[in-house]
Amino acid sequence: MTELGLIIIAAALVNNFVLVQFLGLCPLMGASRRVEGAIGMGLATGLVLTTASALSHIVEKFLLVPYELEYLRLIAFILIIGAAVQLTELLVKRFSPLLHRILGLYIPLIASNCAVLGVALLNSGASRSLLAAIFYGAGAALGFGLVLSLLAGLRERIEFADVPAPFRGNAIALVTAGILSLAFLGFTGFARL
Amino acid sequence: MLSGIVILVGLATGLSAVLVIAARLLGSADSSATDAVEQLLPRIQCAQCGYPGCRPYAEAIVNRGADINRCPPGGGDTIRALASLLGRDPIPLDSDLGQASMAQRALIDESTCIGCNRCLEACPVDAIAGLPQRMHTVIAAHCTGCDLCRPPCPVDCIAMVERFA
Repeated sequence: MTELGLIIIAAALVNNFVLVQFLGLCPLMGASRRVEGAIGMGLATGLVLTTASALSHIVEKFLLVPYELEYLRLIAFILIIGAAVQLTELLVKRFSPLLHRILGLYIPLIASNCAVLGVALLNSGASRSLLAAIFYGAGAALGFGLVLSLLAGLRERIEFADVPAPFRGNAIALVTAGILSLAFLGFTGFARL
Repeated sequence: MLSGIVILVGLATGLSAVLVIAARLLGSADSSATDAVEQLLPRIQCAQCGYPGCRPYAEAIVNRGADINRCPPGGGDTIRALASLLGRDPIPLDSDLGQASMAQRALIDESTCIGCNRCLEACPVDAIAGLPQRMHTVIAAHCTGCDLCRPPCPVDCIAMVERFA
């Protein structure tokens, strides 16, 4: 139990996928203009991350390893992630049309979010158990959603600040993300994995 | 080699089958009736009917038998059009939800306005003009009197007035 908690904290804060490992930066910039959109995007990505890491683990353990097909890992994982994204889009469209309108194009783009593939590959690299893999995925999703909504909050406030002309728009957003990344360095060494 | 091809093809087929089944289960059965009803609504997404927007209200009318008299911006014309489309009897507008709101419009007290921009974001028909930190005003011809700009105003400088006073 402690180990699972440590996995979550390690994936969410210490080895945060966005700010420490620099995976999934494209949705970080694209979906962090509004807090509502950022939270929705975090939830959708979280759903995909968790299901995809569970499914990838099952497929790797029961299909790829017994037939010695580990070299097909990448293609198989991408297939699974694509399917999980489509499923998430169907769910969001059905249960929250409003969120579907806000997120729009960004939901299919979860498929190309390298954090999702990164989690699946890191899981198989570290040969975790199914439960640990799911917790690692959930922790990564938690960290991603946290960073996304934090940055969206910061960007919303910066919009009303008097930013020097050369820094306006994406430039100040990138600077903000960089400072946030520095802040997350403070978690280094809290939990080892 | 062969097993690799078989497993990948099987995986792809299995996942597509799951997606097709999910699309069948989750997609709304037939949206043409909802589309027709939505076309008759004003589609300004003012949410005065108590649903999040015109599409959800159209869905509620078609699938859950919601009343057709809940759209103040549409007023009598919309109710008559909906009644003839759906074969129901025309009923008067539900006055709890607001008047047939073309009778009123918003008016911003320009000396009190602090330019916070919140009414502008709330307006479903872009009838408020103004910039952050500057005074805002209502474009009377575009205002539908939906009353959505009033709650967000931090200084209560918006009033609803008779359109033809």
